[in-house]
Amino acid sequence: MIKARYLTSVAATALAVAGLSFAPASQAQIRFEITGVGASQIPVAITAFPGEEAAPQQITSVVKADLARSGVFKLIDNGDALSDSSAVDYASWQKRGANALAVGSVARLADGRFDVRYRLYDTVAGAQLSALSIGAQPQLLRLTAHKIADDIYQKLTGIPGIFSTRISYVTKSGNEYRLEVADADGEGTQVALRSNEPIISPSWSPDGTKVAYVSFEMKKPVVYIQNLVTRQRSIVANFKGSNSAPAWSPDGSRLAVALTRDGLTQVYVINADGSGLRRLTNSAGIDTEPQFSPDGGSIYFTSDRSGGPQVYKVGLDGGSPQRVTFAGSYNISPRISPDGKTLAFISRRDGQFQLYALDLTNGQEIRLSDGNRDQSPSFAPNGKYIMYATESGRRGSLAVVSVDGRIKQRLTTQAGDIREPTWGPFMK
Amino acid sequence: MRTISTFALIVSSAVLLAACSSTKLDDKANAPVQNGASNGADTRTVGTVNAGSVDPLNDPQGVLAKRSVYFDYDSYTVKAEYRSVIENHAKYLVAHKDRKVIIQGNTDDRGGAEYNLALGQKRAEAVRKALVLLGVSDAQVEAVSFGKEKPKALGQDEASYAENRRADIAYQ
Repeated sequence: MIKARYLTSVAATALAVAGLSFAPASQAQIRFEITGVGASQIPVAITAFPGEEAAPQQITSVVKADLARSGVFKLIDNGDALSDSSAVDYASWQKRGANALAVGSVARLADGRFDVRYRLYDTVAGAQLSALSIGAQPQLLRLTAHKIADDIYQKLTGIPGIFSTRISYVTKSGNEYRLEVADADGEGTQVALRSNEPIISPSWSPDGTKVAYVSFEMKKPVVYIQNLVTRQRSIVANFKGSNSAPAWSPDGSRLAVALTRDGLTQVYVINADGSGLRRLTNSAGIDTEPQFSPDGGSIYFTSDRSGGPQVYKVGLDGGSPQRVTFAGSYNISPRISPDGKTLAFISRRDGQFQLYALDLTNGQEIRLSDGNRDQSPSFAPNGKYIMYATESGRRGSLAVVSVDGRIKQRLTTQAGDIREPTWGPFMK
Repeated sequence: MRTISTFALIVSSAVLLAACSSTKLDDKANAPVQNGASNGADTRTVGTVNAGSVDPLNDPQGVLAKRSVYFDYDSYTVKAEYRSVIENHAKYLVAHKDRKVIIQGNTDDRGGAEYNLALGQKRAEAVRKALVLLGVSDAQVEAVSFGKEKPKALGQDEASYAENRRADIAYQ
């Protein structure tokens, strides 16, 4: 019942915004997605939350920044401060151009926490879409704001928001390499690993508690897993030769890795505790950069078996690999969307390394980036955005693009040389 | 036939033994009396043995000082001009079974980190295979890759790229 009401409301919002003719509710989300920025931005008003000025973190400024960055909302300017208990005049908000309205309040509790309340209204349907009440420690107020933004995004688009997810990446300054973790907006950075040797290929575990990565601290590439909270590190693969490219299985029990223990780089599967090693690919050249398909049944990887590097797919039970990319002579770093339908990869064309997305259902390909040294794509867990590393000057920075290529942003809040981003999963 | 050869062995052994013992006796008998005053040889000048320079590995002018093998663009085969570098190290490693080397492959910084790691491995592996073909034991050599992560030259020009298309022989 609630679900049905929310779908109807989404359809109503989408119709009102895009001026589309009637469509069944189930198609509204899809239509909304492909209409793109400009034509489909949802006008939403966020009023100031009474009491937030006394909190260490202003909630609505974070919510507004999140929604603006997503590209799918148009924020309606207003100087209002409406609490979650205020009566809402739907007609007047509609007149001001807002199809949705978020109000709320912040109050300090006796135990030092903050009680953050928020309500979301559909001004077109004249109905409340959502209400949350969160008791948050002062240091978690940013997270609380991201969760409110996630809720607004989800209720108005039907797609889970990714504002409260985190990212991990590697920074280099001087001879120091750091594996860092930050909020998806680049704020709130924390250092997970510091080293004087390179760190590459970080990969979040599906439950978000660990990161697998390659560290050169033993003067050769070795694959580690690190628990982000307990700081416990374990070696997953340290065989003779090079050990690299860790990728988690969807259930988190295994990793696919690239090893050279039997000669040139080949793809293997190994349990997360380092046991049960099994070779998966068998070529005379390079097979690397494995990625599990979302169903866990197959592996996408980069191989130069046809000459230059191309993306292939092989079943986890073996069989002969099927080639997936054909356009261009250099296609690397395959990443598969959470729904398994889109392949993101880096292609070199005319000497430029750029991000492409291949629709696996119809073979259509689009270019998503315009740098000349773009690399390391990583899907947001909702599948709607791809983060990648780009270079400006000689400095690495992170960029985000929507899978349709319409929304582009660059994470510029970080200083220094940043590379190798990996987008973390939804957290429970 | 067999009796004769056995007999011959015994005889020759006996002769040998006799010879040995007589030599020893002679040695004793003819041993000179060591006396500084009567002998002109200088026994007080000490000759220096430099332990470092005994190992040709540590001779900066020696053939083993060359430990880098350079590769052409998009190439993973050892060029003829670097055969001698590999042969010299192979000779040394065959003669010094206790020594171990790590071959570190490198690439220029264009392209993906992981694919470059695999390409650097290809270079290291080419050098490793050449060493093993020349008789170096598998246990003495490990091929690893630094990919594009540890560039020697930092420029984005052809000279820098060429400097980084390299495999280094690193003694452990």
